[in-house]
Amino acid sequence: MAGEIGHFALLLALMFALVGATVPHIGAARGNAAFMALADRAILAQFAMAAVAFAALTYAFVTSDFSVVNVATNSHTLKPLLYKISGTWGNHEGSLLFWVLNLTLFGALVSWRGRKLPLRFRSRVLAVQSTLILGFLLFIIFTSNPFLRLDPAPFEGNGLNPLLQDPGLAFHPPMLYLGYVGLSVAFSFAVAALIEGEVTPLWARWVRPWALLAWVFLTGGIALGSWWAYYELGWGGWWFWDPVENASFMPWLVAAALLHSAIVVEKRDALKSWTILLAIIAFSLSLLGTFVVRSGVITSVHAFANDPARGIFILAFLAIVVGGSVTLYAWRAPKLAPSGLFGVVSRESALVVNNIFLSTFAAVVLVGTLYPLFVEASGAGQISVGPPFFEYAAAVLMSPLIVALGIGPLLAWKRGNVSRSVQIVFPALIVGFVAAIVLVWRTSGDFVMTAFGLGLAAWLVSSVLLEIANRLRLRKGASIASALRKITRAQWGMSMAHMGLGFILLGITISEAFTTEELTVMAPGDTVDVAGYDFTFEGVAPIVGPNYTAVRGFFTVYEGETILTSLMPEDRVYSNPVMTTTEAAIYPLFSGDLYAVIGEAASSGRWSVRLYFKPMISGLWLGAFMMMVGGVLSLSDRRLRIGLPTGRKARVSGASA
Amino acid sequence: MKNKLFAVWVSLLAAFAAHAVAVDEKPLEDPALEAQARALMKEIRCLQCQNQSIEDSNADIARDLRALIRERIALGDSPENVKSYLVDRYGDWVLLKPPVKSSTYFLWGSPFFVVLIIAFLLVRRKQSQSVAAPLSADEEARLQELLEREQ
Repeated sequence: MAGEIGHFALLLALMFALVGATVPHIGAARGNAAFMALADRAILAQFAMAAVAFAALTYAFVTSDFSVVNVATNSHTLKPLLYKISGTWGNHEGSLLFWVLNLTLFGALVSWRGRKLPLRFRSRVLAVQSTLILGFLLFIIFTSNPFLRLDPAPFEGNGLNPLLQDPGLAFHPPMLYLGYVGLSVAFSFAVAALIEGEVTPLWARWVRPWALLAWVFLTGGIALGSWWAYYELGWGGWWFWDPVENASFMPWLVAAALLHSAIVVEKRDALKSWTILLAIIAFSLSLLGTFVVRSGVITSVHAFANDPARGIFILAFLAIVVGGSVTLYAWRAPKLAPSGLFGVVSRESALVVNNIFLSTFAAVVLVGTLYPLFVEASGAGQISVGPPFFEYAAAVLMSPLIVALGIGPLLAWKRGNVSRSVQIVFPALIVGFVAAIVLVWRTSGDFVMTAFGLGLAAWLVSSVLLEIANRLRLRKGASIASALRKITRAQWGMSMAHMGLGFILLGITISEAFTTEELTVMAPGDTVDVAGYDFTFEGVAPIVGPNYTAVRGFFTVYEGETILTSLMPEDRVYSNPVMTTTEAAIYPLFSGDLYAVIGEAASSGRWSVRLYFKPMISGLWLGAFMMMVGGVLSLSDRRLRIGLPTGRKARVSGASA
Repeated sequence: MKNKLFAVWVSLLAAFAAHAVAVDEKPLEDPALEAQARALMKEIRCLQCQNQSIEDSNADIARDLRALIRERIALGDSPENVKSYLVDRYGDWVLLKPPVKSSTYFLWGSPFFVVLIIAFLLVRRKQSQSVAAPLSADEEARLQELLEREQ
């Protein structure tokens, strides 16, 4: 029954989307307010129907209704409840439905929060959003229907890939989808602005929170996925430059560029058409990531089953959305009003530098991801583009960005003063150099690149601190407490996020270079020294979980004579489907992570084990967390919270600012 | 694509049938040689698992290749030799770091020329917009009208 309700709700949503995507445009073209106002109701109706459909599918998963093909293929009665729920979006059809749910949810939020937007503009935005929803619904209904029935229904389902049965991965995809879909709002605003032929600072004020929200979700989604790889794959790796990882990283980079360039539009009424282009590209890359990887064009662990009908639909949809919006851009963008002026040395220029490097990095990641396809298509054989290439690109493009990042926030709008700014951050320059030189000296010249990375990280973190100190110094008369309070949340947010980048860089640089690793075979009672910590192997015990059996290893870790912790890594064998996974045991210390993996039984009661000490690796998770907190702080800033002046007034004041 | 992968896989199985007995994962005695072997492993693709290097994969093939690399390095082969041996067998595909040659110039050069293109786009746009177009006759008239209405 739930299946039919869900199916029916999808069809109704399709009808509402059809209305929502067309009628408001007609209304806007003819100046018919009733038609335009229909956009709000249409989007709310789509949201309601998508919610019903998603609830129906979730219900089918939770009750293990194996008469639904999708549930039978991807679920199992013995699965823990959490993974029955997360199984809803852990497959191709369900993940698309989840996309639609979010597209409609965000559309409804725009309608709800956007009461103060001019009706004409809001209806255009919602109509564009409805068009996207329409495309997804057609794709679901014609090629990927999650509600297809199976007759006779099997007694048991096939189960979910055990790698996905993990708290990290249960929430990694929805976070990413929220990020992707958040960018759809920026896209709809951009297309609506192109249709209306007007980009105002007010527009940027509206787009920026969405770009920021999307970026926060993307940051969280990527960090969760990375953390999962770190503890679940059992080798301590956290990023593989896999096509799917790249597919989430590119929109993240462009969203980061977008939320910076939107500041320039908002404050200085400049970079308008570039910002529009970024909004279009950010969402196009999200679509590309979701679809092309799924279609199996690029081999990847994440790719779901390949189906030619889906492939063709995907290509057509991408061509319409990307091609259509870029064509619209080429046609309309030159007609946008000219931008404000700014000097070569100014905050605006610093943000332009940020945009140049972030968007170049995104483009280069795209080139690297697709390059094997080009080479193969041109008949030059098969090649792989792996981590060494992307690490090279990151070093070439991110180093100048980080150098500039130390100074940028100190420059004034319009016309800045370089020598004054350099004076303020000069101590940071020294800290960076000293850190690098000390490292080269201590390691007798073996780690030049590491020293470079460490120097950059030290420079960035200390220049952020100096920048905060400088802000306090500007309010000399006031007490420190009141001066601290005067710093806005947006400014705290910026400092947090920038410092987070510094910590991530620190974590990457140090852990890559100085990880200590012991691959060995141990008998119970043996002790191995890993970077000064003594790991004593106590033995193994069999474990029975809800849908797996495991071998659990026991290690006691000593620092000198004192017991630090015990580590219990597992080697699990899942039953449905049969698959082995490793569960690393990790104990985070301030200086780094103790990391243990239990391998296979060797001869005479000995076990192969992998033990690591990964210095500073927590910098990665801490840094990503700081970026998210920074984003949220900035979102909660008074400027955005108090809402906006009503349309007409703002436009006038915007034009004169 | 699938067929090719399968062919590679079958040839690999054949090639390593002799090594199929479980090999204990043991680092080389000499830390310098082990470091060489590890550096090489990072650059070799695990043929079975899509985008991982053999250095961090649980797949059997990855383990066999690790054993092969350690064995050859221990016998005194240079990493370059081992690499070219692997390339002869499996093609450039096995290298995670694509070799610099005519088909990859574009790839390796991309960070540099893309940065130039985007910088050019952004800077040029700024300059071309620096000069405001003079008002047309219509606009002049309208401005005049507005100014009068203000007063």
